[in-house]
Amino acid sequence: MTAPRTLYDKIWDDHVAHEAEDGTCRLYIDRHLVHEVTSPQAFEGLRIAGRKVRAPEKTVAVPDHNVPTDPARLAGIKDEQSRIQVEALRRNAEEFGIELYDIDDDRQGIVHIVGPEQGWTQPGMTIVCGDSHTATHGAFGALAHGIGTSEVEHVLATQTLIQKKSKNMLVEVDGDLAPGVTAKDITLSIIGRTGTAGGTGHVIEYAGSAIRNLTMEGRMTVCNMAIEGGARAGLIAPDEKTIDYVKGRPHAPKGGQWELAVTYWNTLQSDEGAHYDQTVRMDAAEIPPVVTWGTSPEDVLPITGKVPDPESFEGGKIEAARRSLDYMGLTPGQKLNEIEIDTVFIGSCTNGRIEDLREVAKIMEGRRVREGLRAMIVPGSGLVRLQAEEEGIAQRLQDAGFEWRMAGCSMCLGMNPDQLSPGERCASTSNRNFEGRQGYKGRTHLMSPAMAAAAAVTGRLTDVRDLM
Amino acid sequence: MEKFTKLTGVAAPMPLVNIDTDMIIPKQFLKTIKRTGLGANLFDEMRFDRDGNEIEDFVLNHPAYREARILVAGDNFGCGSSREHAPWALLDFGIRCVISTSFADIFYNNCFKNGILPIKLPKEQVDALMEDAERGSNARMTVDLDKQTVTGSDGAVYGFEIDPFRKHCLLNGLDDIGLTVETAATSIDTYEARTAEQRPWH
Repeated sequence: MTAPRTLYDKIWDDHVAHEAEDGTCRLYIDRHLVHEVTSPQAFEGLRIAGRKVRAPEKTVAVPDHNVPTDPARLAGIKDEQSRIQVEALRRNAEEFGIELYDIDDDRQGIVHIVGPEQGWTQPGMTIVCGDSHTATHGAFGALAHGIGTSEVEHVLATQTLIQKKSKNMLVEVDGDLAPGVTAKDITLSIIGRTGTAGGTGHVIEYAGSAIRNLTMEGRMTVCNMAIEGGARAGLIAPDEKTIDYVKGRPHAPKGGQWELAVTYWNTLQSDEGAHYDQTVRMDAAEIPPVVTWGTSPEDVLPITGKVPDPESFEGGKIEAARRSLDYMGLTPGQKLNEIEIDTVFIGSCTNGRIEDLREVAKIMEGRRVREGLRAMIVPGSGLVRLQAEEEGIAQRLQDAGFEWRMAGCSMCLGMNPDQLSPGERCASTSNRNFEGRQGYKGRTHLMSPAMAAAAAVTGRLTDVRDLM
Repeated sequence: MEKFTKLTGVAAPMPLVNIDTDMIIPKQFLKTIKRTGLGANLFDEMRFDRDGNEIEDFVLNHPAYREARILVAGDNFGCGSSREHAPWALLDFGIRCVISTSFADIFYNNCFKNGILPIKLPKEQVDALMEDAERGSNARMTVDLDKQTVTGSDGAVYGFEIDPFRKHCLLNGLDDIGLTVETAATSIDTYEARTAEQRPWH
């Protein structure tokens, strides 16, 4: 009998195409997602070496990072370098026979929203992309992580990745979430607890009843930020919800293969007694709505809290916290719910899905964006945008004072025209609050879509429970 | 990556020490989506004036050295910024080998990723080859990687050292992709065939 294995062990074992004597493996890659920023030199590398894409049918391309979200983009991208990169992606996809969702295609959007939406993402697969938030796809029980440009080229050419196995980490969240608490609060609270290096060298498996009870959208939010916790990949075992989500999508298995696939997917759970190198347990009932106060995703506190005193930390974190507070323009002891904001950003691969927009619409019911605030909603894909329009959400949110944009990464990373100005403070549903991330000297507070909506109403960081 | 076995060609002398990567390829040419095409801007600010006219004195503008395949350069070649655009520009121009007494670490590593052979030789040997290179287009040198030798136009032979693994990769044109193809191609084929049966929807 074989030893009990974790979900990660099982997916790993099923994908080792070659193992060298020193333990270095060529891990077979089932799906390769490509975007415009990290791929041009990789395709160029193939061209110089006279190589082909080994499995174009397992590769999909979509521009997302530097595309403007203004509808005027359809007349042409103004920024020359961005335009050149998007054009290069278009040309490369055509030359190498890769399916592309171009900027005028309703299926275009953030690569990590598009993959699941189109059924490219399936349980038990290995999925890579030249982007660290590839971890998102782990919500389906797929082993998914970001890679660099040389590795993009390696995968394009060989459909494998040179890898050594990571360690297993279990994060178990049991119990029921309190009203107003969402998947984003779970994932931020985990990072607040374990730190941004807590998952280094590990693949995290998220388990427990609170994770089971999340929708697929919520699970994607949790796995998306595995990388902010230091883990390259996060995993959630597939179940009925996963299978229901995948069923009928354009690239999902069809006919007799569907039954075969479901049978296999049902084996993708960690065995009883499987070994984890690290285990973290959390009680869902104790998780409050949270926000970040600093410039690291681990700087997480309940919205009812106060800006911490740097002296309350230890070691190098004291200096880091000082620098954060200086950058963020905050003083120790200040109440978090009194921090005034200038901007609200709703979108990103963390929270740009239909459920996130519904959540915002619910909070905004009968309310308006506070006068003077800049508030934007950037659907994660053209299809999310269309669905929100069909459901009437788009109109209601525009009536409430939000800008309604085209799909893309937008203000999550400021590579496109959507950026913060120096000193501008943003309630953001994105994933990173690093210095300069959303724009030079911009100030980011990470939170859930519901919390961002609450902030839009009051003009300050706000406990969403006060509006429920 | 193109194999490097034996190279015979004109060597251009650049006795200047500390030639940095900003000189090799200035920053305004980094806004590219390509690794190719940078040869036109190799040593741009040394090679052209502000109006884009060739600066006559610069070695690569001499008729004798326009087709140079080898550079013989002063100490500490390739220092400064880590930009891989530097070896990309050299390669695109046609330079496959640089000979010097010493190289900056990052540049040295970047060369091997791009099929360029950097050769370290003692000062007196570099000086001798520099003198040889200054004779112009009649001074063709031969670099033999397998034998680890540089042969000057007068027949003088100089041996050089190189890490065996790097030598193996260059001789066979192996980058990571090349290595995977060399060591694991059959395994990948087998894996794909097996998976096509077990998980045909993949």
